[in-house]
Amino acid sequence: MSAAPLPGGRADHDPAVLCIARTANEGPGGFRPERIARGRSVVVLTCRDGIALVAENPSPSLHKLGEIYDRIGFAAVGKYNEFESLRQAGVRYADVRGYSYSREDVSARGLASVYAQSLGSVFTTEGKPFEVELAVAEVGAEPYADHLYRLTFDGSIADESNFVVMGGQAEVVREALARTWNQDTGFPEAVRTAVAALSATRGRPEQTSGSGVNVNGDGSSGYGGSEAAAGEPERLGAGLLEVAVLDRSPLSSRGTVRAFRRINTVELDRLLSGPEGN
Amino acid sequence: MTHRDPAAAVNGAPPPSFTDHLARHHPGLLPSARQLGTAGPGSAAAAAPQATTIVSLTYAGGVLMAGDRRATMGNMIASRHIKKVFPADTYSVVGIAGTAGLAVDMIRLFQVELEHYDKIEGTPMSLDGKSNRLAAMVRSNLPLALQGLAVVPLFAGYDTERHLGRLFSYDVTGGRYEEYEFHSVGSGSVFARGALKKLWQPGLDEEQAVAVAVEALYDAADDDSATGGPDLVRQLWPVVYVVNSAGHREIPERELQMTARNLVERRSVAGRES
Repeated sequence: MSAAPLPGGRADHDPAVLCIARTANEGPGGFRPERIARGRSVVVLTCRDGIALVAENPSPSLHKLGEIYDRIGFAAVGKYNEFESLRQAGVRYADVRGYSYSREDVSARGLASVYAQSLGSVFTTEGKPFEVELAVAEVGAEPYADHLYRLTFDGSIADESNFVVMGGQAEVVREALARTWNQDTGFPEAVRTAVAALSATRGRPEQTSGSGVNVNGDGSSGYGGSEAAAGEPERLGAGLLEVAVLDRSPLSSRGTVRAFRRINTVELDRLLSGPEGN
Repeated sequence: MTHRDPAAAVNGAPPPSFTDHLARHHPGLLPSARQLGTAGPGSAAAAAPQATTIVSLTYAGGVLMAGDRRATMGNMIASRHIKKVFPADTYSVVGIAGTAGLAVDMIRLFQVELEHYDKIEGTPMSLDGKSNRLAAMVRSNLPLALQGLAVVPLFAGYDTERHLGRLFSYDVTGGRYEEYEFHSVGSGSVFARGALKKLWQPGLDEEQAVAVAVEALYDAADDDSATGGPDLVRQLWPVVYVVNSAGHREIPERELQMTARNLVERRSVAGRES
């Protein structure tokens, strides 16, 4: 298996860790990192209004995106049971910390480092590492105060800027996003950018069979809008997406300190069809 | 934690309750974990500030809760600024009477409990569920209550299923009672309830409900030395929250000042004993 589809297989990755990953891959524990690499992708990106989290996820109830604390959100790809238990553990960690210290004392950095330690210790001591990849995002009062952390199954942690892409064909999505990402957009534009980048994996000849299985499993109703132009990948519809945002100033906009907000399908449909309506 | 039997693993799954999580992993953080040792009954109460009167009443479209601003320690005023009514989550508020320090801690735990459930389960707790969780917290405080450190909350919220405002009272043993129309707790509650009996009527609008609550607290302060009335010198007014289908909202001080000033003026003009 080539390095590219491995979740940790990025150019800046420590080659030693990659080595261990390959060993684990061949081990008897049943660990299959390609499961992470083959799954649907998730994008977390910063913008003027805050941080947008966009996942390709046909299920309306089995979430890949979640709320951890006031200004901290969570996104994951991989095995649902594993990242869901990590999400719940993160909520417990943050709530205990906020309750025993103060709400301001809960930070994404602290949480990400706890995640890294626990993923790392599972990776080295257990028979099978967690088949997950996580992003922990904290929205700041200003864009420069935003934090994005990416965690892989072996406990490696990366401090990312601007955006994080995880899951299947992350490289394709990352390339698309690198071309189109812009700091000064509001949430609607940021979500459309992310959806366009996620859709870049569709309709490509080498991935047709893979994405075709996903679509047929869900029925064709998930597609929004009309048939895409020839050569353009078909854009994901609201029914196949899970979107949430971390508001930069939730207190003034919604009167709460909890920045995390899910965008429901109706709102998302309106948001995605925005630019065409003009 | 390895379970060979999947059914056992289901029972062993971590609870969605923050309090249960603390009890299992951080018992020292629970307010009810405090021990007084062998202090005699009643001796602790005189040493700790006591929060006093809370009133709550339903009105057309929701429920309201108001509390005065006084805490006392024996015959002393411990605080003129204390707030005793807090939002519990979007659709509920909770007020407290009794030992202020324990009560404030209990409220903080209760707020995290509701938010924690919301985040873990991905759906808010039902209003009855919330009132039952609060009852469990009051019950866990029973040993301290018997030593004189009682906490008696009043809980009110908007039931998003039934589309109406509801309120619940508690006793120190964790007994939970749904109240209708209005209720009050704390040292001045007897006088406040007497006032509410005459002032409350069905179908009050929000503004009228605020005026009724402020007047009931005024009457409580008139006869109970531990309840504070509107403080015109320091510009202190009761804390008032309303909860309706749009969630909870704190009544701004400016509106309360108007309401309180109107009330004092009306009573001054009347120039009567009552």
